[in-house]
Amino acid sequence: MSTNNSLNRRKFIKVSALTGGGMLLSFNLLTGCKPSVSEAAELPKEWFQFNGYLKIGDNGLITLMSPNPEIGQNVKTSMPMMVAEELDVNWKKVIVEQAPLNTDLYKPMQLAGGSNSISASWQTMRTAGATAREMLKQAAANEWKVPVSEIETIDGKLIHKASGKSADYGEFASAASKLTVPEKVALKKPKDFKIIGTSRKNVDGQKIATGKPLFGLDYKEEGMLIAMIVHPPAFGLQLKESDVSAIKSMPGIADAFFIDVYPDSKNKQWCDVAAFTKLLAVVGKSTWQVMQAKKTFKPETEPIKASSEKVNVFGTVTEVITPAGFENTTTHKQQMASISPKQVKTVRKDGDPEAAFKKASVIIERSYSCPFLAHNAMEPMNFFANVKDGQATLVGPVQTPSFMEKSVSDRLGIPLDKVEVKMTRMGGGFGRRLYGHFLVEAALISQKMKAPVKLIYTREDDMTNGVYRPAYYATYRAALDENKNLIAFHVKAGGIPENALMANRYPAGAVENYLAEEWAIPTNISVGAFRAPGSNFIAGAEQSFLDEVAEAMGKDPIEMRLELFEKAKSNPVGKNNDYNADRYAGVLKLVKEKSEWSKTQPGISRGVAAYFCHDSYVAHVFDISIKNNKPVIEKVTTAVDCGIVVNPDAATNLSEGAVTDAVGHAMFSGMTFTNGVPDQSNFDKYRMIRNSEAPKKIETHFVKNEIDPTGMGEPSGPPAIGALANALYKATGKRYYVQPFMIENQPIHS
Amino acid sequence: MATYNLKINGKMHETDADPSTPLLWVLREHLDMVGTKFGCGLAQCGACTVHLDDVATRSCVLPVSQVGNHEITTIEGLSEKGDHPVQKAWVEHDVAQCGYCQAGQIMTAAAFLKKNPNPSDEDIAAAMDGNICRCGTYLRIRAAVKSAAKS
Repeated sequence: MSTNNSLNRRKFIKVSALTGGGMLLSFNLLTGCKPSVSEAAELPKEWFQFNGYLKIGDNGLITLMSPNPEIGQNVKTSMPMMVAEELDVNWKKVIVEQAPLNTDLYKPMQLAGGSNSISASWQTMRTAGATAREMLKQAAANEWKVPVSEIETIDGKLIHKASGKSADYGEFASAASKLTVPEKVALKKPKDFKIIGTSRKNVDGQKIATGKPLFGLDYKEEGMLIAMIVHPPAFGLQLKESDVSAIKSMPGIADAFFIDVYPDSKNKQWCDVAAFTKLLAVVGKSTWQVMQAKKTFKPETEPIKASSEKVNVFGTVTEVITPAGFENTTTHKQQMASISPKQVKTVRKDGDPEAAFKKASVIIERSYSCPFLAHNAMEPMNFFANVKDGQATLVGPVQTPSFMEKSVSDRLGIPLDKVEVKMTRMGGGFGRRLYGHFLVEAALISQKMKAPVKLIYTREDDMTNGVYRPAYYATYRAALDENKNLIAFHVKAGGIPENALMANRYPAGAVENYLAEEWAIPTNISVGAFRAPGSNFIAGAEQSFLDEVAEAMGKDPIEMRLELFEKAKSNPVGKNNDYNADRYAGVLKLVKEKSEWSKTQPGISRGVAAYFCHDSYVAHVFDISIKNNKPVIEKVTTAVDCGIVVNPDAATNLSEGAVTDAVGHAMFSGMTFTNGVPDQSNFDKYRMIRNSEAPKKIETHFVKNEIDPTGMGEPSGPPAIGALANALYKATGKRYYVQPFMIENQPIHS
Repeated sequence: MATYNLKINGKMHETDADPSTPLLWVLREHLDMVGTKFGCGLAQCGACTVHLDDVATRSCVLPVSQVGNHEITTIEGLSEKGDHPVQKAWVEHDVAQCGYCQAGQIMTAAAFLKKNPNPSDEDIAAAMDGNICRCGTYLRIRAAVKSAAKS
């Protein structure tokens, strides 16, 4: 396979002009960010830069830059593996560093979101490795006076078999780095991969296990102050400026003042979501002193007015409506269950669904719902900022550094090239850190204090600050004819303030008469993307419903789905079906085989589900038992088709985590509101899944193919909820429509 | 403000702090030992777990004034070379995803195995129930504790 070098000459220009200074800086950015290679390895006397992704030392040691933010999805290991593969080096000689933010250099985007880090950089990163490999070969060919085509590379060595000559990369690093960058390089065929497809341990694993400073909250600079914020106690309220002199006189407090985070929404980006834009900032010497001072503040508030603002979502300006008033979860539930036809919009229609439902022998109609969720990344929101002399330096955990750089520049009126965002490892994100209002807050506070500050949210600040997973609702209807054939399918999906409809996904394309509709109810509770947005609800609803439909049809749930895929493949209905029926059916067949679906075991109830999102296909079989009136997930069998798996054990870890995460939220979690006030503000009331409630065993199987990699961080979660609900039904005889499924202290059979 | 002499990881440290300051913030901000993490401030998530003598303790709710002569061990001092059996097992099982909760998980596991060197699977899950992992690495945590117990 050969490919046009997608990185043009300008982007591959030598480092001196590009990242020289930044590279050195980032190398020692944090005390914990020392090379990941064994500490005993000897560092080279000189490094030679080939492109933004790699440099080679005179002793053959390799430094690879990991461009994207590390949020726990393991890109800091998996992305450099793609460079190392094409460079043909020994992974043990590789040091990985977090790359600086450089949007010109690192394409397509230095972002953690949408499960697309690997897929989006699949060509780019391999090309970076292959380019350097070709330059090394050329340098050796020049020196040895042999044709470059006769030179082979293996494990960081250049070999010319005919003459018996060989050399380490280090010997030619200097000469090679000065050569012209080739415009076109050949990439390896998947069958020749030596690193891609093999499991490599997290490059920061040892540092994590020994408590090294890696995270934003661990970052410190000389003279740094600690800042915290106070926001209104309820959605629908805003702070009024009031006297804060009492706070200022408390021990260790340097200042307290109000900040307007987004006073003007004209340049607001999609990632500038913030429920509360006027905040009190309290600044002092230590976190504990600031916490104590902030507790004494009795905020004066006033109700917000209804408003609408225009937000730039990837170039499209969208209007966001914020109603006034204090919202309640009980009212939300009533509103969602009583949507009038006037509020509903048709998104897709195939055939004549109305007529098909009229002539149906059996109509099944079910409604599903889920609550708002807080992301609850274990590292609370925080960011370091130092704004001085017309420059802003920000350090910390954010999934959207390139976007937030613009927001900081815009809000502070500092040119973009004077704003620098440095990425630390993130203590989780799950979508919460896509929305970086806390960078703007930290920068405003530092600007006012004329000092470096670290803004820290308490858990309560974090959990009651909004940007939640929306509350979703969906009603499904299926029509069966007198022979129990599925003749029509109808989904009507809504939510607060957005719905989770995926109109062109399965079973669209597999049913003759199909109708997809949507509705939404505005809210002043702010929402944002939450791991597998939309899919995190709609997959569970759809897959639970299909289980009921299969039962009504008198069919095995896997066979019923496979028949629909056959229909979607051989004679698809409609045009925009966005899934591949073969690959979809493939994971179901694999999970059927690996779970030994046809066998029954005493005391075990089984449920199955499959889903497609982030371009990947996942099917699960859940085996559960009931002990002491509680469900025990004895085993989960998972089949994944995400194309080529770059780092299988890391992908398995991600898939296991996504299953546990999804199961936990579906069973236990939810944010509820009384008169705009969040009823949960910490882990005493917000129920998270605990160790003993996680599946006892998860067996993960990957479909083996040579398709370019697709998403891995998110797709395993959504179908887990359907498989769980279907297994619970088999165990209890009860269908589970309302999340969270388990109400605390209530036996499952009640 | 008062002066406290704390024995941490085998060494004495002198620090001035308000008596109500939780040990967590004394470690992180007064003594620059940031391996112990802030997660909830309510002893609900376990990210801040340290050993007080041999007992796993939530440092986010333990005022520095109550530490007294008890010896404190943090993740930085669990082993000299980062090779405590639990740490080794964590690396071997590649447990971490984001990694933020793992220092607390490791401290809980190390204290637990000292008390119960031959735990059953149920014992392990129950012992680790106080530590939240938002990434959902619970299965690997259990597997790592189990192999650390065997070693």
